[in-house]
Amino acid sequence: MEFISDLMQYEFLQKAFFTSIMVGIISGVIGSFIILRGMALMGDAISHAVLPGVAISFMLGINYFYGAVLIGILAAVMIGVVTQHSRIKNDSSIGIVFTAFFALGIILISKAQTATDLTQILFGNVLSVRSSDMWITLIIGSVVLLTVVLFYKELLVSSFDETMAQAYGLPTRAIHYLIMVLLTLVTVASLQTVGVVLVVAMLITPASTAYLLTNKLWIMILLSASIGAFSSVAGLYFSFVYNLSSGAVIVLVATFLFTLAFIFAPKQGVLWRSIRARKSKSAA
Amino acid sequence: MAGTVSVKNLNVSYHGKEVVSNVSFKFDSHKLIGVIGPNGAGKSTLMKATLGLIPKDKGEVSFDGGSVERVRKNIAYVPQRTDIDWDFPITVIDTVLIGRYPKLGLFKRPKKSDKAFAYKCLEQVNMEEFASRQIAELSGGQQQRVFLARALAQEAEYFFLDEPFVGIDVASEKTIITILKELRDSGKTVFVVHHDLTKVTNYFDDLVLINKELISSGPVQDVIKPEIMKKAYNMDFEVLNQMGVGV
Repeated sequence: MEFISDLMQYEFLQKAFFTSIMVGIISGVIGSFIILRGMALMGDAISHAVLPGVAISFMLGINYFYGAVLIGILAAVMIGVVTQHSRIKNDSSIGIVFTAFFALGIILISKAQTATDLTQILFGNVLSVRSSDMWITLIIGSVVLLTVVLFYKELLVSSFDETMAQAYGLPTRAIHYLIMVLLTLVTVASLQTVGVVLVVAMLITPASTAYLLTNKLWIMILLSASIGAFSSVAGLYFSFVYNLSSGAVIVLVATFLFTLAFIFAPKQGVLWRSIRARKSKSAA
Repeated sequence: MAGTVSVKNLNVSYHGKEVVSNVSFKFDSHKLIGVIGPNGAGKSTLMKATLGLIPKDKGEVSFDGGSVERVRKNIAYVPQRTDIDWDFPITVIDTVLIGRYPKLGLFKRPKKSDKAFAYKCLEQVNMEEFASRQIAELSGGQQQRVFLARALAQEAEYFFLDEPFVGIDVASEKTIITILKELRDSGKTVFVVHHDLTKVTNYFDDLVLINKELISSGPVQDVIKPEIMKKAYNMDFEVLNQMGVGV
């Protein structure tokens, strides 16, 4: 309960609180589409690939969102180019492009000579969120959520049956890049709370948890967003009270929830499945 | 004429390897058309290239004498069952409801009337009692019927089905072919990629027989001839006879 009075009292904690919730929500929403489209690796790739963008922004003295978003989209386009114009398979293209960007980022960050060190970008620190970062996160979040609400139909059909979508005239490639843009935005927002290395967890763990719990896409998205938000706030609490790395704690809370769903989910959980299997065996 | 599909000198290649070579055919509406040929003959590729879903190297495709882009919203496509992620979080009725999407504008949600229509389509394929099931809980034949219901919900003019009869039960096959024939009788153009030769004469009006290149096209009886089939399958008549082609 001390946490709540601290939350009332300290502005840095309020900023961390709102940023965490927004990041949890939007990563849960976009993560749902990412896992259904089999793009988990892409999520990991984009989060790493934004590093040079962050470094360049520092050098230019602008907010790192701008550089990161631009470089993230560039990486997504380059991955697409390598896949489409050679026999290299998609996962290999992703590996080639994102490691190159990441490597370049490490060099640039060390040359950027800023107060912000690499550790903070790699692992996040939600307690050091600035006002400007919080506002940008809230704006990014609103844009992402609005886009998903407006294009829900198109996102659903292109994720489920891309060929049918293409056949009736949806611009599926444009939709792919729209998702890449949203993914980049979410990734950049997540840098503050969980950092480059763990962003992928925020994208796929809450969404996968929700995936085990429902057979309807919109429920999956709502659940995933709730799980993401809850994990973020719980992580913030533990990292504040016990002085632990915020990103790591957030991810572990999400993993804990996933484990619960993995075992106890009504239809998909391993517990009920084994009980059902035993029952049908004894019946036979 | 409405419902006409014509393909002229179509060539398609993957990574420099030609998979469909110089194929031409032309069909009118009121036709149930089978695209047949041995495994790896490029049947699915031909269908996808006809629809402009994969790039072609050369050739012309016209729907109603114009570009396929003009009739896109009137194209219903049923993919091969193996192309679908059956674990996708979607129920049977919501799968059929997707068929209403093409005619809904951007930002528009399906209305009550769309849902009622989707339900009616589900009844047509005798799947209404499964409406709220997740699609992985169905048998192969039931899954195929649900996707046909989705195509019906589109109220399209052109129907393209990729291997709809593979791995399904007899009752489902019967339901599906009956509906396809009804569509044909109501003036639609129906293309079916098919590789089992046993029932072609009962199922289709016209055939496109390919093995990378066009072997023959036209009315079923003109295509199902020993000398022509032999060219496509490189098989002797005995085998074809055993398959029930009756040549």
